Amino acid sequence: MAILAVRRLSFAIAGQTILENVSFELDRGEFVAIVGPNGAGKTTLLRCLALVYRNWQGEILWLGRPAKSVGQREWARFVAYLPQEERVDIPYTVEDFVLMGRYPHGSPFSPPSSQDIEAVREALELTGTWSFRHRVVRTLSGGERQRVMLAAVLAQQTPVLLLDEATTFLDFRHREEVQRLLEKINTQRQVAILAVTHDVNTAALFSHRIVALRDGQVIFDGPPATFMQESILQKVFGFRPLLVAHPHLGIPVIVPTRGGGES
Amino acid sequence: MKPGRSALVIIALGTLVVLSVAPLVGPRWIDPCILWKRENPLEARILWDIRIPRVLVGFLAGMGLAVGGTAYQAMFRNPLASPFTLGLASGASLGAVLAIHLGWTKLLWGTPAVTLCALMGAGLTLVVVYGLTRLRAELSVATMLLAGVAMSFLNTSLILVLQYAVDPVRAFHAFRWMLGGLEGTLGYRDVLWLAPVVVAGSCIVWVLRRELNLLSLGDEWAAARGVSLPTVKTLILFVTGLMVASIVAHCGPIGFVCLIAPHISRQLVGPQHTRLVPAAALLGGAFLVISDTVARTILAPAEIPVGVITAILGGPFFLWLLLTRPLSWEWVP
Repeated sequence: MAILAVRRLSFAIAGQTILENVSFELDRGEFVAIVGPNGAGKTTLLRCLALVYRNWQGEILWLGRPAKSVGQREWARFVAYLPQEERVDIPYTVEDFVLMGRYPHGSPFSPPSSQDIEAVREALELTGTWSFRHRVVRTLSGGERQRVMLAAVLAQQTPVLLLDEATTFLDFRHREEVQRLLEKINTQRQVAILAVTHDVNTAALFSHRIVALRDGQVIFDGPPATFMQESILQKVFGFRPLLVAHPHLGIPVIVPTRGGGES
Repeated sequence: MKPGRSALVIIALGTLVVLSVAPLVGPRWIDPCILWKRENPLEARILWDIRIPRVLVGFLAGMGLAVGGTAYQAMFRNPLASPFTLGLASGASLGAVLAIHLGWTKLLWGTPAVTLCALMGAGLTLVVVYGLTRLRAELSVATMLLAGVAMSFLNTSLILVLQYAVDPVRAFHAFRWMLGGLEGTLGYRDVLWLAPVVVAGSCIVWVLRRELNLLSLGDEWAAARGVSLPTVKTLILFVTGLMVASIVAHCGPIGFVCLIAPHISRQLVGPQHTRLVPAAALLGGAFLVISDTVARTILAPAEIPVGVITAILGGPFFLWLLLTRPLSWEWVP
């Protein structure tokens, strides 16, 4: 059975439809990328899945159990959501901030348990942020900060991660590092990852499956090799890209062109 | 020991000193040895029946205001938010002014009618602000803040109408009430009234410290970590709202404590609410006790309204903090 199933999910804000009859499934340990042009409803979809929004129509099922019957705190033990980078001023130290990811496992009447401490240490080590755990988050560089964000989500120790543009705004070295880290978490711990991105190449190389959204509807759901075709990319983005086979992996990737190009 | 923790211990010790010295200070210095030498019954009565209850009420009021400010600043993610921003103070004032103008001076259940009316005014304002916020789909703090500011203006203009239209003697009486003060404290009635409300309210806020930490990062982040936003926000709004309403009903709208105590605490113990809430509680209490001691001493036998003192002591200090330090969320260990 799929760990997370979405059936005919629709969502509207102030009468404007953002998502329409979205259906797809996520299996245990799967790495699925959600791609689509700006404004396709990708972020909204993740917010619905994280129950940040609760007034959607349709069904979101956790192992067959309807999400609306699950409390916010319990849901946060199933699904960890990393919102898109917005420059929130975070005055807490890295360690304190990552410990806050343990909220759904803790109680207000006892100090952090040894499990909490262990989960935080593990998340910090895995993301390579242990060495600056005493620094204040707002003083970190973009790359360090994004790894700390990821550590906070990992400390939540959920079987599913929802990531919104987790690597898009990093330079290519940091992007590569974070992508490898995600791959490691995915393969070693069987954590299912649902990653929203508009970086189609990264999605094609790292994910098992691609779900493409356009105008709030799913218009493609299948393996990356099938997705990376001119006709499908044209349908999703309304733009015919130049594709070149990746020298090592064979999967077609998009290469930039200029001024009208040769395509 | 973490720097924040040692700062908290120092604050606690300082508060203890303030609490033990303040009752001795006044128009007439009371020698603490009367506690064990029974030779001056008049001074003993001044100490036990007047000064100690007054210091306790001051401490409880300052503590509740500071804890309320801390909670609201985290929830609204705004360092200038306070329960006063939601119109609670103006609501209480409207209730009190109305009672004064109608000449209700009777005691009801041992409590002055003015206090009860002030409590009702603040409570009604809170309910209206919450109701207005609820009209929108999500419990948005921006809507709440705007509704609060609107109610504040409405209450203030009603107060002005009342003040303009009626008997000037009563208008002055009402004006004096709105300056805030603890001189109405006699005996332990107010202590018994405030202690359960303030202690219970502060404890609930401390229990919600992890939620406050997450709320200060924004709704999306908090919901994603599992904070049930409508429940937690409603709880914070009403618990701190009722706590502040009871304080304002007893002491009048004493400003600045709920802004200044959380700010200074944040500088001293950091932004973690585990330490911030108790630090603000202690500092707020101590600050109001000091202000009140100044208020009843420097022009003795006359008294200065304590709200004036908190503003005079607090305002410049606040500005000095703002100008000499990086903005108040900042804390680099």
